[in-house]
Amino acid sequence: MTGVLAMTEEDQMDRFMERIEAGEKIEADDWMPEEYRITLIKLISMHGISEIMGALPEKEWVPKAPSLRRKLGIMAKVQDEMGHGQLLLRVAEDLLKPYGKNRGDIMQDLFNEDLKFHNVFHMETKTWADAGLIGWLVDGAAIITQTDMLKASYGPYARALQRICAEEVFHAQHGEAIIMALAEGTEEQKALIQEALNRWWEALLMFFGPASKSTTGSTKQDATIKYKIRTKTNEDFRQMFFDRYIPRILSLGLTVPDPTLHYDEAEKVWKYAQPDWTEFKKIIRNEGPRSQERLNLRRHSYEHNAWVRDALAAVVN
Amino acid sequence: MSNVENGMSKAYKNAVTALLFQLADDELLYAFRASEWLGLAPHIEEDVASSSIAQDSMGHAVMYYKLLEDLGVGSEDDLAHLRPANERKNSILTERVNGEGYYMETPQYDWAYHVVRSYFYTQAKKAKVDSLCQSSYEPLVEAAMKIRMELYYHRLHWETWFKQLLSSTDVAKEKMQQAIELVMEDFGDMFSFGKDKQAIEENNLLCQEEALKASWKASIAPVFAKLQIEVPEIPETPHLNGRNGEHTKDLESALATLSEVYRIDPAAGW
Ligand SMILES: [Fe+2]
Ligand SMILES: [Fe+2]
Repeated sequence: MTGVLAMTEEDQMDRFMERIEAGEKIEADDWMPEEYRITLIKLISMHGISEIMGALPEKEWVPKAPSLRRKLGIMAKVQDEMGHGQLLLRVAEDLLKPYGKNRGDIMQDLFNEDLKFHNVFHMETKTWADAGLIGWLVDGAAIITQTDMLKASYGPYARALQRICAEEVFHAQHGEAIIMALAEGTEEQKALIQEALNRWWEALLMFFGPASKSTTGSTKQDATIKYKIRTKTNEDFRQMFFDRYIPRILSLGLTVPDPTLHYDEAEKVWKYAQPDWTEFKKIIRNEGPRSQERLNLRRHSYEHNAWVRDALAAVVN
Repeated sequence: MSNVENGMSKAYKNAVTALLFQLADDELLYAFRASEWLGLAPHIEEDVASSSIAQDSMGHAVMYYKLLEDLGVGSEDDLAHLRPANERKNSILTERVNGEGYYMETPQYDWAYHVVRSYFYTQAKKAKVDSLCQSSYEPLVEAAMKIRMELYYHRLHWETWFKQLLSSTDVAKEKMQQAIELVMEDFGDMFSFGKDKQAIEENNLLCQEEALKASWKASIAPVFAKLQIEVPEIPETPHLNGRNGEHTKDLESALATLSEVYRIDPAAGW
């Protein structure tokens, strides 16, 4: 007998890679190799949980936002981030089905610290300028990496990213508007942005991940490129970030806190001082400046509201 | 009906101003407390949904403060951020903390309290907004018409939570009953106009206090009947009347937080 049933694992893999090479979209119920599924689960649940953990640093500034309009703006942004988390966790949940796992398990993985969240969301927010800088540069950085995955081979992720990227553009504008207002303001306000940039610079460089395995011992970029989930490397993204934002940072009269940073005309690349990758490893091990506080807040509110989820499950109608 | 600026008597303008402060301060404080829940709601879908309600309420606060600004009372941001606690006219219920703990640390917020406060407050807001649609002050009528459209969804949202949690586990029922008691203790000034009662009522800015109470009771009665619980009594005299600038410590801490950055330099652009 021939046909689908008789296809060996090897045949299925060949067929799968043909589809990937042909630029076809893989859907949730399609056959996929274990490595592909696991790569996606890791990537998408980390992305989803980072959106949710990422709401916490900005949320700190929601009640304090310095005008009614800014209060409205930042509330809307934090809401969008939670919405992104919701969208992505649904995509991850579909991938987890064969393992009999769901959203509750994703949350438990976060609490057990098996599932990590993005390095930038472990950082402290000290002033209102941080709220602006997160929107302007962190969301700006996210747009760069996420836009690259708009054509990801996994259809449900690519479609979620379409919507997310559209909203991220508004977030970057929201952040830029806060920064512009401060840049055009008093000396004290200008100082707030410079001080925020100084504190965030290394975290921004780390955002894109290490250039190669040799830096930190591991990087997820290889499998994601092989399966056409993304096309560019971590370093490509970092260079794109420099291209886009260095001119804007300088035009605001700000100084990049790296005196070695320059564009090498011959090599056509930005040369910069490496951030402390040992620190990066610590941060993503949840040993960053605010890692444990934010995890605790999430853990605690999850446990504290367990009675509500129990009550909802018990309502029959 | 054209009482705006030109030709408005001083007494009429004072009455409008007094009412607008009550409406604006209620919405600001309610939205502020709701925004402290961001990221901490019982599940992610709820976080998104209740955040949208908090934003709408903040939007309503902006509309009312803008009307005050239009009357020449002051800039909307100064009015929202700089007035001291004893000049605030919000009801006590809206200023109450969500539970133990500061939002920047690890707070123990009470979802049952949030549901009951939101449901009762939203129904009270509905009673007022319906009446404001017939106000003698035309700009208030326009604002009320816009607000009324969004209120439908808010009421539905909180009513659903209210019904669900009161028809579920014993733990949920008990927490809800406790929350109802707590909320009602502070409900005495919800429909009060304070010392501006006569001015607000005589100028037909809004219907009378007693009519608002009746409208609120009528709006929640069917839900209570279905749940087989009694409609709670509104306290005759409030223990503190927010409409007269009497407040709890909770308001002071709320104001300190919401104006912390603005106060660095109120003259600067933010
Ligand atoms: Fe996002
Ligand atoms: Fe964003």
